[in-house]
Amino acid sequence: MLNDLSLKDLTSNTPAMIAVIMLMLLLFTAVIGPFLMPYDPCAIDLDSLKQPPGRAHVLGTDSKGRDVLTRVVYGSRISLAVGTIASALSLGIGVFFGLIAGYFGGRVDAFCSQVFDIFLAFPSLLLAIGISAVMPAGLASAMLAITLVGWAGFARLVRGITLSLKEQTYVEASRSVGATPAWILVKHILPNALPLVLVAGSLRVGGFILLEASLSFLGLGVQPPTPTWGSMISLNRAHINSAPWMVIFPGLAISMTVISFNILGDFLRDKLDPRMRV
Amino acid sequence: MALYILKRILLFIPTLLGITLITFILMQYLPGDPVAAMVGERTSPETIARIRTELGLDKSLAYQYVLYLKRLGTGQFGQSLHTNRKVADDLLQKFPNTVTLALAAMICASVFGISLGVLSASKRGTNCDRFITLFSVAGISIPVFWLGLALMLLFAFYFRWLPPSGMGNGDPLYLILPATTLGTFSLSYIVRVTRSTMLETLSQPYVAAARAKGLSEREVVLKHALKNSLIPVVTLIGLDLGSYLNGAVLTETIFGWDGLGRYALDGILKRDYPVIMGVVLFGAIIFMTMNLLVDISYHFLDPRVRVKGKP
Repeated sequence: MLNDLSLKDLTSNTPAMIAVIMLMLLLFTAVIGPFLMPYDPCAIDLDSLKQPPGRAHVLGTDSKGRDVLTRVVYGSRISLAVGTIASALSLGIGVFFGLIAGYFGGRVDAFCSQVFDIFLAFPSLLLAIGISAVMPAGLASAMLAITLVGWAGFARLVRGITLSLKEQTYVEASRSVGATPAWILVKHILPNALPLVLVAGSLRVGGFILLEASLSFLGLGVQPPTPTWGSMISLNRAHINSAPWMVIFPGLAISMTVISFNILGDFLRDKLDPRMRV
Repeated sequence: MALYILKRILLFIPTLLGITLITFILMQYLPGDPVAAMVGERTSPETIARIRTELGLDKSLAYQYVLYLKRLGTGQFGQSLHTNRKVADDLLQKFPNTVTLALAAMICASVFGISLGVLSASKRGTNCDRFITLFSVAGISIPVFWLGLALMLLFAFYFRWLPPSGMGNGDPLYLILPATTLGTFSLSYIVRVTRSTMLETLSQPYVAAARAKGLSEREVVLKHALKNSLIPVVTLIGLDLGSYLNGAVLTETIFGWDGLGRYALDGILKRDYPVIMGVVLFGAIIFMTMNLLVDISYHFLDPRVRVKGKP
């Protein structure tokens, strides 16, 4: 199915093109950006507190004199890292358990499905709060929390796909010549499930980034003084009236990132699986 | 029919037990000794040991879990480490405020969401459609807390039309900004789902038949297509309640709204673990209950479910 997707599909779709460009820009910012910044993101400069955007500081400074642009650029690393790694982990775990639950059926499926339902019974942010609150704060707690919140959704999806795929004739044929379940799962079911899973994954990355931002806004996850977009907003919101730029730019960064992921996800979904609407 | 409801309720129970188990497991990882948190510094080791035995902390984890369930069953969610008030009391007191906010948000989100979705679908491909679609993508991408702050900056500080925060003793003006903030995500989601469901419905043969009969476009869209599109949308509105519980934590913090969300945040900031766990568990129970109700109502709304057991 991925072979049907050509570069022309992308270039003819303007929003998707813009989204891809934004995401490449984001990647560049996260990887190379910090080396291009003249300021140290945590350097307190008491002479330039709460400066509006100007020549010395393109996006202004915050209440401790730190350059906002530099902090936004450094913050992109956290958001991108947590977003992608947590997505990959929860996708991996979800695919694994989804395949097992869907293929083996019976009591295995009943048990697995019950576990999925239990994890899905929590509102996502509340569960993430519960998990990261009991761990020492930091990058690991954010990643673990988001991974545990996200895996069950993927698992349920993969289980459904596996259930329908395992009735296919080629699976039956494979079984009849003595293929092990592991072989069938990896060689037959997984490749056919992959495009749908990737679409679901790309649509979820945005949500994971929002979740990370929410966690750091609440004071969980990555701690100050390390700049994250969420904590920048929460730490500076008391000054929103006098120095709105400190809050506006990190939020803009989050919004643009997530919008790009969502547009890209929509585009992939439209091209790869027209049945799966929203 | 009653059998169906009974079956759903029975299936509800293992999941309910499951979430208490997860909450219990999480609580095992809490830093600090719960007994030390309760007593002063100069308590003798004998007293500490005695309290441990009283609380059952020296027994096996399985036993402690059963104790935990028993306590939950009688409505004991523990005590706040900071105020020493019962968490259960706080939860029940603050819950109605969150419900008010969520209800206001949900009504606006549903009404505007469905309208915009229908409008967008019936004018597919036009600039109107493109604008609404872009708006709805933005709505699910913008972080709730930032949106709240932006709206506050604009309408409370710049235009001075609305109060920036607080609950205002029930004055509806105070409800507008928080409800709008809370509802935007849901509204955007509803617009997207309504639009795609309507598009699918509008391509059905019976719609073409209605048009061929000479019905006006308005009649076709509103009387025939909309009714059939509403079923997935209505269930979505119920299921989206999770986003309200999530969003409430962030929205209430920003607007100083005294509900469950702000209670959770205060608990986080003060590392008040009984409060945090109480909100997590309570939120999950509410979410599950709403899903159960939506599930049951789906049974009534969609006749196909009754006949075949699935749509």
